[in-house]
Amino acid sequence: MTGVAGRPGRLEAAAVAKRYGAAVALDGVSLEVEPGEVVALVGESGSGKTTLLRCFNHMVEPDGGTVRVDGREVRDIDPIALRRSIGYVQQEGGLLPHWTVERNVALVPWLRGDADPRDRARVALDLVGLPPEGFADRWPRQLSGGQRQRVAIARALAARPAILLMDEPFGALDAITRAELHESFLGLRREIRATCVLVTHDLTEALKLADRVAVMRGGRIEQVAEPDRLVHRPAGEYVARLLERAGVR
Amino acid sequence: MTARRRRFLRGGPIPGATLLFAVAFGMLGSAAEEATAMAAAAQDPATGQGGADVVVASKPFAESFLLAEMFAQLLEARGFRVDRRPGLGATEIAFRALRTGGIDVYPEYTGTGLVAILGEPASSDPDSVLRRVRRVFRTRWGTEWLAPLGFENTYAIAVRRETAEEYDLATLSDLARAAPALTAGFSPDFIGRDDGLPGLQAAYELRFGSTRSLLQAVKYRALAEGGVDVIDGYSTDGQIARYDLVVLEDDRGFFPAYEAAPLVGPTLVAERPAAVAALTELSGLLDEAMMRRFNERVEVAGEDVAAVAGRALRELGLLESSAAGAPAVGAGGTRDAAGLLSYLWDRRTTLLRLTLRHLLLVGVSLLLAVLIAVPLGLGLERARAGAEGTIRAVGLLQTIPSIALLAFMIPLLGIGVVPALVALFLYSLYPILRNTYTGVRDASPEAVDAGRALGMTQGQILRHVRLPLAAPVIMAGIRTAAVITVGTATLAAFIGAGGLGDPIVSGLALSDTRMILSGAIPAAVLALLVDAFLALAERVVTPKG
Repeated sequence: MTGVAGRPGRLEAAAVAKRYGAAVALDGVSLEVEPGEVVALVGESGSGKTTLLRCFNHMVEPDGGTVRVDGREVRDIDPIALRRSIGYVQQEGGLLPHWTVERNVALVPWLRGDADPRDRARVALDLVGLPPEGFADRWPRQLSGGQRQRVAIARALAARPAILLMDEPFGALDAITRAELHESFLGLRREIRATCVLVTHDLTEALKLADRVAVMRGGRIEQVAEPDRLVHRPAGEYVARLLERAGVR
Repeated sequence: MTARRRRFLRGGPIPGATLLFAVAFGMLGSAAEEATAMAAAAQDPATGQGGADVVVASKPFAESFLLAEMFAQLLEARGFRVDRRPGLGATEIAFRALRTGGIDVYPEYTGTGLVAILGEPASSDPDSVLRRVRRVFRTRWGTEWLAPLGFENTYAIAVRRETAEEYDLATLSDLARAAPALTAGFSPDFIGRDDGLPGLQAAYELRFGSTRSLLQAVKYRALAEGGVDVIDGYSTDGQIARYDLVVLEDDRGFFPAYEAAPLVGPTLVAERPAAVAALTELSGLLDEAMMRRFNERVEVAGEDVAAVAGRALRELGLLESSAAGAPAVGAGGTRDAAGLLSYLWDRRTTLLRLTLRHLLLVGVSLLLAVLIAVPLGLGLERARAGAEGTIRAVGLLQTIPSIALLAFMIPLLGIGVVPALVALFLYSLYPILRNTYTGVRDASPEAVDAGRALGMTQGQILRHVRLPLAAPVIMAGIRTAAVITVGTATLAAFIGAGGLGDPIVSGLALSDTRMILSGAIPAAVLALLVDAFLALAERVVTPKG
């Protein structure tokens, strides 16, 4: 599993299609993410961004096209091993409510049978700005929304994955907390250099955090570009209107 | 309480110490052991004296209790050991138990045999009825009607004296005239039988203002207090005299002959002629006046069934005056509420034993239900397509009336603990299954999704996420089932499985409120204790956080 578990962490989707009954979620999407790169998937509800994200850890089985992680087709990889090698953060955190913070964060190292899941959990908690002395033994319900998201990020990072998938990780937070977490995220980026795919409906957030931004609409990618380029050269009316609505132009 | 009465009330052959041991160290083992013992007893080809116990049963009303106790004491006086199973559910249950060897003898009425068991039209000629049931019962099931005891206990339609005067009622034809203005309270048995209400309505063109279903035990009181105006009773009921009721004459000869006789099972007939001979000693010795007097002592004066039975046998010259089983005074005269505590205290040993038996029935059936329903619920969560259908099918079991369910099982499982356990088990399944499935299905979808996305296997998700998060809901199902089962287990008395239903059934049959309470109060306390115990268990299995 070296190509998956260790560095570098290249992601590739080629002509990926997925439909749920009559609804088309992905309509032949292609996207490449370089090792260490942060790509934001932006779009409205139903644009297919979460579906695309979940193809990369095989939580979604595409109907057509290929998805590769470090050159290997996802469908040839044991899904359990694949998921244990990829960090994942949900919108509402998805912490196990009956587990302490430490046990939550230690989840993936424990699943992988690492020798020191608790130590790894504590390191990860430090990394996201939650001192383990104060937080390790708490229950998820005792945390604020921002703290819960930090724990969820720590859990995704604890096994030091090369790839991190984040599904609207800051979507449910108030503006101040979100700004704080943005700063933490940018700090983390410099420190751990993991490949990251970030789903968000907030274009400003995408422009602030990502190396490249992919704008999705109706199961297709309208444009993929660096933030600067996207802002100055929107490809088409939809992207331009999105920028306008976000107050970026 | 006399030793005789304790034996009368006891549910089965497990002594208290064995039961304690069984509850503490393995309830399943004990039930199996008793099942084996029961089966052995049923098949034991012992003959004459010193053989297996003669199993004497009754149906759940006072006269049946009294006659059965007379059979039992007579057999004991002739050297037989007797196992008493009073108060078996109803005709259906008692007769199935008889022909499948679960019991050896019980008092039955020829008219009941003809109409309720054979499904033939009623007849008012006693001799032709007896000839008919004798022949058919013998060839079809090998069961034998011994010579009748000498009295008829046919249906009697009774009204309050004021009602009779107000409407000028003396006969059932008179009643047909007044019926639209009256409310009738009839036992479920009577309402359903061809020789009961349907036939009566046809014969007299009777139409009551309204008809209610009332249990035998509450009918007379309901009539006396004006809740209903007309009831069905039995011509030998002691309560008729107690409430100064008027019995309306059956002027068109509708009610069939109901001669009382011992109905004896195939094993006793074939292999224990001496026991059969002892039972025939009673033939022809009783009459209706006598029976009404004996019944009144039991039903109205509240005297001990065993004491009344013993006195009756001595009066008939079948027991010597100095013979055993002669408790001087019955329980009469102390039926007030103040006496309840001392009544309970006097019976503490019996009640403890009945409570332990009850706990055994509840514990084993509940344990089996948990062992089946929880895994099934978890399995259905993985196969959701079939889930609702399966759960509904199990839910249908809940709609089968318990007496019907028990009756179905007698040919397969006999009477006693085993069919009771099976019935209680079946009734416990639904709440546990439903809660397990729903709890596991609806357990925090975000947490389940996170577990999956981070690489938990299905088994790990079940064990570490779904099950702990569903634990409170599953426990709620188990607690619901437990409390319901404590209540339902009182019905076990109808098939001779013992437990706290014994004093309830006997008390209902004998109109003895204290006796009813001596079963109902411990049952209620038991329900609370079982629930409290399971609340503790819930705290242990429910995750923190």
